[in-house]
This record gives sequence, structure tokens and C-alpha cells, in this order.
Amino acid sequence: MSRHELDARKMLCPMPVIKTQNKVKELSDGDILDVICTDPGALSDIPAWARINGHKIIEHHESDDEITITIRVGN
Amino acid sequence: MTKKHKAVALISGGLDSLLAVRVLQQQGIEVEGINFYTGFCVEGHTHAIRNHDKDKKKRNNALWAAEQLGIKLHIVDVIEEYKDVLLNPKHGYGANMNPCLDCKIFMVSKAVEWVKENHHNGFDFIITGEVIGQRPMSQRKQTMPVIARESGADDILLRPLCAKNLPETKPELEGWVDREKLYDFSGRNRKPQMALAAEFGFTDYASPAGGCCFLTDKNYSNKLVDLWEGRGSREYEMDDIMLLKVGRHLRPKPEFKLIIARDAGESKYLEGYRKQFVTVQVVSHNGPLTLIDGDIKPDDFELAAGVVARYGQGRDAEQVKVEISVPGKEIQIMNIKPLTSEQVIKEWHV
Repeated sequence: MSRHELDARKMLCPMPVIKTQNKVKELSDGDILDVICTDPGALSDIPAWARINGHKIIEHHESDDEITITIRVGN
Repeated sequence: MTKKHKAVALISGGLDSLLAVRVLQQQGIEVEGINFYTGFCVEGHTHAIRNHDKDKKKRNNALWAAEQLGIKLHIVDVIEEYKDVLLNPKHGYGANMNPCLDCKIFMVSKAVEWVKENHHNGFDFIITGEVIGQRPMSQRKQTMPVIARESGADDILLRPLCAKNLPETKPELEGWVDREKLYDFSGRNRKPQMALAAEFGFTDYASPAGGCCFLTDKNYSNKLVDLWEGRGSREYEMDDIMLLKVGRHLRPKPEFKLIIARDAGESKYLEGYRKQFVTVQVVSHNGPLTLIDGDIKPDDFELAAGVVARYGQGRDAEQVKVEISVPGKEIQIMNIKPLTSEQVIKEWHV
């Protein structure tokens, strides 16, 4: 298991979702991905994408103008 | 054991693609969705930018539809490839700058590529939510075969909602799909779709009716054409098409235009472009951040500042202080009188 970070700052949805999707393709089940974004739309889109594609959102937190969404790849 | 055939569906997030997928699911067909992001798709962007849109639901309709259907969704970035579709549409433009028919052909051809890449996983055919007669350009009886032929999909393209009005496709001929359980919808009347939605229990669906693409919007298309004319070139980048969605656009001179934020949310968004553009902002009063797109000469700074001041809280003041920032240069401060509403002439508005 390894941990990775994706910088999706300043991107507007659906680009953070597309970048997340493409990054996850490179990862293995159990890997952790922290997606850092600024578009609040990502708070609904990335979890929706994760639910339908079988990944798990472990946590998310917001600080100042940034949002970090942590995903565990696979079930 | 007979092979299980799977379909990939073009998912826009609207009702028709939602229904088309459910019709096939009811026949036991496994479906996955594909959604193409051209840069012109109407999604949560502006909701994320403008203040007064902050309370609107920020959902991506394609993701929402996929979740309702219980299918996987692949979102594909086609921004670069789409430029050629927009700039050189073989079949011309539909409403405004929408290259409607070429767009559909392009998307189906991308789905054909996807099916080829995923054939080993059992994917054999493509479905769309198209309905004959629903769109004046792309969804006509004459253009349906054009899409199938020019995309390279040919007989593996099935339109479940109007299949009975069209020649049989491979999935029907081979018995993968029961044609009798498909539909014969046609025309712009949405009642049959709404009735089917009710039958399937879909209630909270999006109804974009052509509104899923900014290129169908007259104001947006006007801004796009103005951008091309102003530059003398039809090249564009992602930032250009995003900025057309933000702010008031005024062109006081052919060689430059002003992008004036309409609220604090837009000002904040435009802040991200300070390093790329000349910016103008009133600093003695509250006022919008403004980007200058194009080649502005120092002689025109006063004109630009006067226009920008018109849109700030100091619009009635005798004089306001304006900051003009050119990337890589020292900030200039000007004291100017805001233009009157009559001086900001109507023709400047893009």
C-alpha cells in the first residue's frame, strides 16, 4: 500500500474528477490518494465518482480555500 | 454458456440517456457509461464561481445519472481533440456555434474506440439516448445513419428509445437485445419520455433540452466569435473558454476587451489570472477585479480604468483611485473620473 497526492487546485469540475480517475488507474487496490482541490463542486463529484466506481472516501477536510479528499482505491 | 454482451452508453446526464440505459438493463444487458468533457459542457463551473449560485446544487449530472443507474462512468477529457470539431465542422453549425452533428459523430467515434479497447471485457455495442426528430440538426431521421456511418459505429450503434423507427442493428439481429422491448419515440414531444421515467421511478432527473453545451447559448457563442475576431485567429485554450463563462465582457477597442467580475466570487476566480493578464481594479472604493484580454496600449489605460470604475461603488464619485497591474512591471496608480452610463456605449458589450 502506498500513499499519493494529486494537485487539482484551481481546476473546475469535472477536471478534478477526471484527474482523480486517471491517477487512480495508475494505482493498486488499497493505495491511498489525497486529492487537493479548490472547487467546492469536487466535494460532491469526487465522492459520487468513487461510489459508482468502487472506491472509498476515507475522509475529507476543508481548510481556508482548499479541500482535501482522501480516497482508498478499490474496496 | 452463451456469451454475455455488454454495452457502453453515451451519458450526458439528461433524461434520454438515463432511460436508454435502463431500457437495456431491463433486458439483462450490462452497461457502463462514457461521458466526454469538451470544455464547453454546462456543469458546476459557474456554480463554483458566482456568489448567487452558491446555494444551487453542485452535482455533475452524468455522475448522478450513473449512480441512479448503478453503472460505472468513464469521464474522458477531449478538450484538445474537440478543437478540430468546433473549428472545422464538416456538417456546419446548428444553433449558434454548436457543431451539433459533427459533435455527435465525434462522440460516437470515441465510443467506438472505447469498445475496441474494451472488447476483451465483453463490450460489443454502443447505445445513445437519441430520439428521431428531437434535435433539429443531429437527431433527424436522415442524420441518424450519417452518425452511425461516419463515426465508424455502423450497426453496433443502438438507440433504444427510437430503435423501432430505424433499421435493425447487430444487437437486435443477433438476438442480444429484444427489439420488441425497445421504443419508437419520435419528435420533440417529451411526454413519452416523462411517462417512461415515471414507470422506471426516475423523478429528480435533469432536463437540459439542448442546454448541456455552452455552444448552444447565443451569448456564449457571441463571446466566442468576438474572441476569435479580436485575435484574428480561431485558436483557443482552456483558459479562454473558461473565461468566456465569467464576468461582463466589454470591448471598447478592437484590440482589447475587459472581463469585469460581476460579484466577489468572480473577482476571486479572476485573481487566479493576475500573472497572465493586465488587471485593473478600483482601490479607493469597492469594485470588481477586471482582466484585460488583448493588447492594450498605455494610452488606453485611462479608458479601461474609467469603464471599470463605472462598475464599482465609486461610480458616482468625482474621482476614484485605480490600480493597473501589468505582469512583471510596477503597479501603476491612476486617479480618474468614472465614465457615465452613457459613456459606456452599448456596442462595447459583447
